[in-house]
Amino acid sequence: MTTEEPAGHDIKNAILLLGCPEVPVQMAIALYMAHNLQKRGTVVLATGNPSVLNLLKVSDPEKHYIPKMLVLETCIEEVVKKKRDCDLCVVFAHNDAAIQYAATMGYLLPKSRLVVIAFGRTPEVVVETITFPCEKIVDKAVHNPMQLKRKINEAFGWAASRT
Amino acid sequence: MGCIENLKYEMILPLGASFRECREYVEKNFAEVWYVDPGYRIFDEYIIGLPPIALGLDGGKIVFPYTKPCHGTYLLRIEDADEADRVRKTARKKK
Repeated sequence: MTTEEPAGHDIKNAILLLGCPEVPVQMAIALYMAHNLQKRGTVVLATGNPSVLNLLKVSDPEKHYIPKMLVLETCIEEVVKKKRDCDLCVVFAHNDAAIQYAATMGYLLPKSRLVVIAFGRTPEVVVETITFPCEKIVDKAVHNPMQLKRKINEAFGWAASRT
Repeated sequence: MGCIENLKYEMILPLGASFRECREYVEKNFAEVWYVDPGYRIFDEYIIGLPPIALGLDGGKIVFPYTKPCHGTYLLRIEDADEADRVRKTARKKK
């Protein structure tokens, strides 16, 4: 197991766009990604509907992992008005609606790295509908985030970690 | 559904329709079809979805997809002649 990180982590800011919170792994993976991005110097913003933001607030009451949150409609508005952009946009997707949000972010932020994390019971069906440029991380994960975590580590070049 | 919830709307397709099904329905069932990109504003909401996004017009009635994270995409019809005219002036017409 290596503990070395690849050089050149140049993601200054990231948007984590969360989908409907009904699939448990989403919350765990969102906090895991926020932790790993933040410790490499990335400013992380999470956006989603009020339910998903309340889950984050309760899970991370002192905002150690996700210091900034924004209601999804407000985030979209700021991106449309060019008041907000990012180097990395990660969209959590387990349904068709999330893919539409990913397509929207891809269109509005063409210079950003767009990553779609597809999970849930039928992630292959979800990713079939992607017809726009993006990176895809796909795993049939509902309750167990471990395989998805491993794939995310590979995609981002994060060393295997027990944290 | 934000401020659209406060408007008088009809739901054209049942819940569970995909975004693609909404687009195909509009293109097949409306003589007057217009296209917009994500972030286009209609009824004070930003339209979400894979571009180009199809809108159907029927006189003063507008048919458009409205996507929410948990519920998927609704295909809604709302009557508003001023908003329909604004679409005609700002969107791209199907050729």
